[in-house]
Amino acid sequence: MTSSSDKVNEFLQDATLFLAPDPEIMNNHGFAPRSALEERCMAKESDPARIEIVRERLMAGANESFEMLENMGAAPGAKWGDCVSAMFTASGDLSLASTGGVVIFVNLVQYPIKFINKYWKNDPSVGVREGDAFLVNDAHYGQAHNTDQSLMMPVFWEGEHVAWVGATVHEGENGAIEPGGMPSIAEQTWDEGLKMPPFRVAENYVLRRDIVTFLQNSVREPKLQYADMKVKMYTCRRLEQRIHEAIAEFGVEAVVACLRRNLEDTDAEVRRRLKEWPDGTTRHAWWTDGTLRENALIKINLAVTKKDDVLTFDYRGSSPEFANRANNTLDITLKGMLSQLMLAYVWPDLPRNQAVLNSVRFIFDEHSIMRPAPTAPISQCMMSVFTSWSVAQVSVMKFLYCVPDKYTRVIAPWYCMINTFLFGGLTQHGEMVGNVCADINGMGGGALADRDGQQSCAPIFATMADLGEQEFMEEEMPFVQLVSKKLMRDNQGFGRQRGGMGYQMMLALRDSPAWGFMLTAIGSKFPNVPGLFGGYGCPTYPLARVRGIDVFEAMRTDPGQFRYSIAEMMNEQPFPEAQYSTHPMSLPYALAARGELYMIAQGTGGGFGDPLERDPADVMRDHEEDLVSDEVAWRIYRVVFDPQTRIVDEEATAKARQAVRDERLAGAMSYDDYCAQHVTAKPPAHLPYYGSWDDTKTLYAGSPDVSFPAGEAGPPIIMPHPLQVRIDALERQLAALQTAG
Amino acid sequence: MKIFVTDALVIDLDAEQWECRACGGALGSARDNYKRFMALRPRDPRDIHAPIIDPDRYEFTFAPDPQWLTIVEYYCPHCGHLAEAEYLPPGHPPVHDIEFDIDALKAQWSVREATAAPVLGPDFVAPPHHHHKGGH
Ligand SMILES: [Zn+2]
Repeated sequence: MTSSSDKVNEFLQDATLFLAPDPEIMNNHGFAPRSALEERCMAKESDPARIEIVRERLMAGANESFEMLENMGAAPGAKWGDCVSAMFTASGDLSLASTGGVVIFVNLVQYPIKFINKYWKNDPSVGVREGDAFLVNDAHYGQAHNTDQSLMMPVFWEGEHVAWVGATVHEGENGAIEPGGMPSIAEQTWDEGLKMPPFRVAENYVLRRDIVTFLQNSVREPKLQYADMKVKMYTCRRLEQRIHEAIAEFGVEAVVACLRRNLEDTDAEVRRRLKEWPDGTTRHAWWTDGTLRENALIKINLAVTKKDDVLTFDYRGSSPEFANRANNTLDITLKGMLSQLMLAYVWPDLPRNQAVLNSVRFIFDEHSIMRPAPTAPISQCMMSVFTSWSVAQVSVMKFLYCVPDKYTRVIAPWYCMINTFLFGGLTQHGEMVGNVCADINGMGGGALADRDGQQSCAPIFATMADLGEQEFMEEEMPFVQLVSKKLMRDNQGFGRQRGGMGYQMMLALRDSPAWGFMLTAIGSKFPNVPGLFGGYGCPTYPLARVRGIDVFEAMRTDPGQFRYSIAEMMNEQPFPEAQYSTHPMSLPYALAARGELYMIAQGTGGGFGDPLERDPADVMRDHEEDLVSDEVAWRIYRVVFDPQTRIVDEEATAKARQAVRDERLAGAMSYDDYCAQHVTAKPPAHLPYYGSWDDTKTLYAGSPDVSFPAGEAGPPIIMPHPLQVRIDALERQLAALQTAG
Repeated sequence: MKIFVTDALVIDLDAEQWECRACGGALGSARDNYKRFMALRPRDPRDIHAPIIDPDRYEFTFAPDPQWLTIVEYYCPHCGHLAEAEYLPPGHPPVHDIEFDIDALKAQWSVREATAAPVLGPDFVAPPHHHHKGGH
C-alpha cells in the first residue's frame, strides 16, 4: 500500500536535481533501530554462546581481510597500516572492524552505506545487487578526508540483503591541486581533487573498466588507482566469503543477530561504564597556530559533561570557519576520531564498532571550523580535527583518573601532528607519483602515571600503524633520508614521567627531472599538545632548510663536513657556501633541487606530573642515551650529577629541588592577583586570533575589534593570498623609498 | 573518604575540601575551582622549552613564541608542588577545568570501597595481531 506521503516523497526525490549529502544521515551518528530482518533473526537466535562463536569467526575473517589489504595494497598508506576493513549491518551500521587499522575510517563508512540504502537501492537506474561494489572518497558523504577511498559491497544470502562489508585505504593521490591528496593550498572544495559520492564501480564482482579509466584519468597515479580498487574489492570479497561461510554453518539468523548484538551489547556496556565516571564537567581549550598558509591563533574549545550514562562533547566557542583555507574539518570526521579515542585510549577492550558513540552527544556552533559551509575546503582537516581530538583526550582523562574500575591507564596527550613530508613528481623509474612519507605515523606517545611515553610510536588515529622502511621507499622514490629515525635530544615532554620522544630526519632529493616536497604541519609558534597534571607539553617544531648546496657532492668530496643532527647542522653551519633558514612546518608544494636539505623532527608526547619528582636515575638513563643534555638535566629536572660518571649527588639534588619549590612560591601570586594583573577582556591586538575568549558566545575573527555571535554566519573569513600580502608589503616599502628619494 | 581526582589533587569528601596529594595540605572548598586556591606563576615558554637552535640566527628554534604563549603554573601554596601547567595565549583567562558534582560524587562513593592510592588500571596486553610488512 502506498500512502500519499510516500507519493509526495517519491515526487520530491524524482524532482531533486542533485542528491547532496543528506543531513538526516550525516547528523546522526547513532545506530539504526532494529530492522524487520534483525527482529526476525534475533527472535530465532538468542544463544549468547553461539553468537560469541559467530563473533569470533567473523572477527577472524575481518582480521584476515585486513592482512590482505595491508599486504596487497599499493598505496604507501596501506603498507603502513593506514587502512581498515569491516562488516556492517544491512542498515549500514559499523558492527565489526578489523583489530588492526584505522577505526575512524570505517566509523565514517556508515554514512555512504546509508546513502546507498536510502537513494540508490530503490532507484531503478542504480539499485543494489549481489556482486555490486560502490566507491566513495568525498568526505561530505562520509570519509575522513578525500585522500581516503572506501569500497563497499552488499552481502546477500538467498536473495536477501543481510549485511554490508567495506575496505578503506588512505590512498594518497586524488588529483587535487597539489600532489598527495591533502592539498594545503586548496581555497575551495573544487581544488581538492576527486569528489566521488558513493557510486557503483563494479557489477557481478567485476570492476567497470570505463569507470576505472575515468578515475585513473583524474589522478596523478593511474596505476595506483586501479591496483587499489582491485585490492579493496578482493578484500571485500574475502569478508563476504567469511560471512557466507558463517551463515552456512550457523544460519543466517545467527550472523544477523551477531552483527546486531555487537551494537546493542556495546552500547549497554558503554552506558554501564559511563555511570562509573563522576558526574560533572571538564573543560579544556587549545590553539592551533596556523592555517598552513599563514600563522593564526585558532581556538578549539571544549566542555565535556557527563551525567548518568550520557557524555556530551560541547565544542561551542571554537573558531569560526575559514572560507578559503583547508584547515576546516567536518563534524563527522571529529566524531569518527573520538570513536578512536574511546576505543583506543579509554576502553580498548570493547569491540570496535560505532555503538561506542551511541550515548555520546555533540554540540557545535554552526559555521564553526567543525561545521563549515559545503564549499569550504577541508583537505587539511587534520589541522583542526587532531587538535580537537587532543583537547578531548585531556578532558576525558580528567574524568577517568579517579574512576576505580579502569579498562586502561590514564595517559598524557599523545603528540597529534603530522610532521611528515608529502612529495610528488617523476621517480627514477619514470613514474609520476604523489604521496606521503610513513613518518606521518611517527607521533610520540604520552606519558603514564608510572611509565615514560613511547618514542615516535604510532599516530593518534591508529594504534598499530607502522613507520615503514625507508630503504623500501628509496627503491621507488628519488629522495634519500640521510638522517632517519634518530631521536632528537631535548625534544621531550618533560614530567615525572616524560613523553615519548620524536625523531629527527634530514632528507634530500637525489635524481629526478622534476620533484617537489610539501609539508603540512602546524605548531611552530604555539605547541601542539600539553602535558598532564603538572607535566609539560611538546615544544614547537620548525622546518629547517639548507639551500645552495648539493650534499651528495659534499659528502663525496669531504664527508667530514656533514652533521647528523638538526642542532649541529644549523648551529655549526658546516657548509660555508650554503644558506641556512627556518620556517613554519607549512611548505606548499615546491620543486626541490638536488642535494638541498629539508629537516624536521617528530613531536614528543606530553609529560605526566611535576618534573621535579622525576627519579634522578631516569634522568641519567635519558642522559646516557643522549636524550637529554646536561642543561635540561639541570634546568628542568634539577639533578646534581657528575657528567662523566653520571653519579648523582642525591643530597645536593634534593636540596636543589627544594630550592626550586621555594623559588616557585616566592615568585607566585594568588589566582585573583593573576587575573587582575594578567587577564585581559579581549584577545591582544598583536595576535591574529580566531574563536572565543572568555565568553563562548562571542567569536573573534582575526582581531579584538572584529567579533560576532557564535553560531551565526559572521562576515566570511577570507584570507589574502600570502604572496599578495608580501607584494603589498614590498609595494609599500617601494612607495616609501620613492617618496623619500 | 579521599578521592584522587588528579595525580596532584585529592578531594576529601567528608570535609568537602581540595587537598594537595604531595603534602596533604588543605586547599579550599571542593565545590569551588581548585585553581582559586593555588599559587600561580606565569612563565616565559622559552624558560621551559628552550631554543635548540640558535635564536640569534633563526626565527623558529623549537622554542614557542612568548608573544603567542604563556605557560601558567599552578603550585600547592604549602609545598610548591606543580599540579598543573596550563598553556594559554597571553591574557587568556584560566580555564575551570574540573567541575564535579560533589553531591553525586558522595552518592557514587557511598557504595564504593575507599582506595589508599590512585588506581592505575590494567597494564597493556597486546592483541593477537601480527604485523607483517610488504616486501619481505
Ligand atoms: Zn602541597
